[in-house]
Amino acid sequence: MNQVTPITRATTLKDWETDQEVRWCPGCGDYAILKAVQRTMPEIGTAPENTVFISGIGCSSRFPYYMETYGFHTIHGRAPAFATGLKLANPNLDVWIVTGDGDGLSIGGNHTMHLIRRNLDCQIMLFNNEIYGLTKGQYSPTSRVGTTSPSTPYGSVDRPAQPAAFALGAGARFVARGFDVSKELPNVLKAAHAHKGAAFIEIFQNCIVYNKDVFEDFAAPKGAEDRQLWLKHGEPMLYAKGTKGIALDADELHLKTVDVVDGDWEAAGVIVHDVTNRSVAHMLVEMRFGEFPMALGVLYDDPRPTFEADVWRQNAAAREGKTADLQGLLKKGQTWTVTEGGPEL
Amino acid sequence: MATAVVDEADKRQSPLSDAVVVRFAGDSGDGMQLTGGQFTLSSALAGNDFATFPDFPAEIRAPQGTLFGVSAFQINFGSSAIDTAGDAPDVLVAMNPAALKTNVPSLKPGGLIIADEGEFNDRNLAKAKYDANPLDDGSLAKWQLLKLNISQLTMDAVKPFGLGNKEALRCKNMWTLGLALWMFDRDRQPLIDWLNGKFAKAPDLAAANIAALNAGHAYGETAELAGPLKQHHVDPAPVAPGLYRTLTGAEGIALGLVAGAQLAKLPMFFGGYPITPASAILHHLSRLKEYDVTTFQAEDEIAAICSAIGASYGGALGVTSSSGPGIALKGEAMGLAIMTELPLVIVNSQRGGPSTGLPTKTEQSDLYQAVYGRNGDSPMPVISARSPGDAFDCAIEAVRIAVQYMTPVMLLTDGYIANAAEPWAVPDLTTYEAFPVEFLTEVPDGGFKPYGRDDKLARPWVKPGTPGLLHRIGGIEKEVDTGHINYAPGNHQAMTDIRKNKIDGIKVPDQIVELGAEGGKLAVVGWGSTFGPIHQAVRRKRAEGLDVSHVHIRHIWPLPANLGELLKSFDKVIVPEMNTGQLKTVLRDQYLVDAKPVNKVSGQPFTIAEIEAAIEEALK
Repeated sequence: MNQVTPITRATTLKDWETDQEVRWCPGCGDYAILKAVQRTMPEIGTAPENTVFISGIGCSSRFPYYMETYGFHTIHGRAPAFATGLKLANPNLDVWIVTGDGDGLSIGGNHTMHLIRRNLDCQIMLFNNEIYGLTKGQYSPTSRVGTTSPSTPYGSVDRPAQPAAFALGAGARFVARGFDVSKELPNVLKAAHAHKGAAFIEIFQNCIVYNKDVFEDFAAPKGAEDRQLWLKHGEPMLYAKGTKGIALDADELHLKTVDVVDGDWEAAGVIVHDVTNRSVAHMLVEMRFGEFPMALGVLYDDPRPTFEADVWRQNAAAREGKTADLQGLLKKGQTWTVTEGGPEL
Repeated sequence: MATAVVDEADKRQSPLSDAVVVRFAGDSGDGMQLTGGQFTLSSALAGNDFATFPDFPAEIRAPQGTLFGVSAFQINFGSSAIDTAGDAPDVLVAMNPAALKTNVPSLKPGGLIIADEGEFNDRNLAKAKYDANPLDDGSLAKWQLLKLNISQLTMDAVKPFGLGNKEALRCKNMWTLGLALWMFDRDRQPLIDWLNGKFAKAPDLAAANIAALNAGHAYGETAELAGPLKQHHVDPAPVAPGLYRTLTGAEGIALGLVAGAQLAKLPMFFGGYPITPASAILHHLSRLKEYDVTTFQAEDEIAAICSAIGASYGGALGVTSSSGPGIALKGEAMGLAIMTELPLVIVNSQRGGPSTGLPTKTEQSDLYQAVYGRNGDSPMPVISARSPGDAFDCAIEAVRIAVQYMTPVMLLTDGYIANAAEPWAVPDLTTYEAFPVEFLTEVPDGGFKPYGRDDKLARPWVKPGTPGLLHRIGGIEKEVDTGHINYAPGNHQAMTDIRKNKIDGIKVPDQIVELGAEGGKLAVVGWGSTFGPIHQAVRRKRAEGLDVSHVHIRHIWPLPANLGELLKSFDKVIVPEMNTGQLKTVLRDQYLVDAKPVNKVSGQPFTIAEIEAAIEEALK
């Protein structure tokens, strides 16, 4: 199995739905993400039997039960480690990791980091709802300062992690953002799948019970164009119907928003998005919403050799010209033979 | 250990006649482990049976000359069956004052001390906290003392090779080895060949080391030693003809796992994380890629086991390995492997605990952790190896049970077995019965049930990528047969019963009596690396006419079906263990037998004398 051969098959949305009753709260953003994934899979063209969804623990981690594929609902925070073993055992599988802000950045932050730095070929969908849903509403590592919750009745005081910045800092070669009800989400998923290597997707997800509408400030349909910057490779970073853009403040070395007059974005100094520009990616993931629009879409995409391919290559090289003679191996080293006459070398 | 073919009633060995215990002790930089290892090989070539005990500090480079920086290697070799590394040395080689101070208390009265007096200077004496030079003040009077300036003799011997002082002194261990080879009438040539190979790229170093070796040998041969140094020949032990090699426990485990995977016709995936004393298994396996082995050094213990489970899910034999603290971290994932019923082998090289405990010392205190140490009712088979050679067979057995019953299996070994070496008759692999795995690849008659059962209560193993058998697994309670999520009370009861019955029903061989009769006055019941001292102690006591038998348990869980009846056929049962009584508790619980504990938790193996005393006490 030295060559990875993509297994493709024509399917429809129905082929990716299981007979299991979906058990998220009515109105949960997870429904929209599930539909987006089920709708995208036929377009990607992979075969369900060759697809594996692996999750940890949390609301998002129920996901595998609802996909008519192979699925493994594992333990809290460890999905990346299971995925690593599985992909090393069979690199032909199309592996998707489903995790959340608690699962993937709190208890499992370590594994997320190492999976990304190793660059295992898989898609990591991190559903960020800035709250612990399944344990009934405690604040999470992405909750904003001051979040009141059962465990922080006076408001949380610790600073939140930024998932996309974390991923890029860990060495990610693909970082994207989307949100649950966005029509663009399937395109983000397709781009992630097309990327060979660890593709990290932060998906903002509305927890309607414990953190309702926490992303409304940028995700609300009304006025969305003023607050969302959808990045496209090779296109200027424009928003607000082309009247505003993102430019580099060359003196202070940071990004700034600029007004674009009469569509002349070049004159305004608006940057053209290059998904392979790592320096700009670092600035994009750090762009604070409010002062800036929310950067969405593919922020960074520049592939490198994948972990499982390198492992298989090294294994193959080490096996080159050798035979697996176990009996011979047992006899290796310092041996002696005992005969009736006594031992000899 | 136990490779010699001997009459069960062979007589007690007398010192310096048919069995000798030698301990090499020095600074951790003195090369004592290497000296011991080469002396071991020469013992093997002399046809002796032997057992060894390397005992080294936890520090990587302890400050020179300190008491905690002492590294020792003990070997017991003889012309009849050798079961342990020996209680008390007959000969102690002490390369500095610290080595003398920490090791001389265990030397047999009348035993021989060979000390490098060149190292007994004020500075080293102070570091070893000696007020006066013990070589001169008569404090060693109950032993025989041979003072040699090994440092100077080595410097003289290697002078022609123009080495610096430091490099020249590093040949000291070869000088010492040369003397030891002379003392026991050993052939030097294999060592010379080995040195030439080891220093092939530095012929000067090879020549210097060989010169030191020869000088040490010549010293014994020619020096007029009216004193205690005598040449002593130990006859070969009557071992069965065949091909032999030395084997450590870590090698035994690694080779056994590879053999097990081949017998199961599976590729092996090993996920590990560095930890003493288990790392050696990862090191060995990482060099065996041509045997369809993939090794993965994970970011932590949890990722190590989870990656192995992921690989098993993908159709490989998943294996992970650690020592006590790391095994504790893996506990939750073991539960998942039990819940999802995937094969997995977990090797635990036990060390002194709790917490970090004694990383380089041996203990058997993880039996509770192995049998009971998980949340929920989570039964898991446990096997324990008694010796390096036995570790090979236990590893194969662990793989067999894992794949035939779709279950994680824990294989217990310990720091002593992992590092100790013994002569091993290389087995003929064609005599092992293969147990090739059959994956489910098509929908069977009656439909596909991910949690359907075969006659062993094992569920089918399906590789992701198989068309028509798509299904989901996970840690939430499964519905009988379908494997869907199911929280219903009756279903949980049924699934808990199935998981228990599956493990209880694992076919393990009936318990045999290693030595002595089935039934009688006293059974000494052991497990793991206590085999050697128990076996020898029982042999000696039986030779004295006492009614005592040795029962050694390999299958800790499930226990052999006949064990309860067997134990009840003895008036008394004692259980020597290197813990505070863990197997004892299991035996009491399972059989309501009045098993009495014999415990030792000093980080050192039992001596034969300690077990003998326990037998005498029990039969009073």
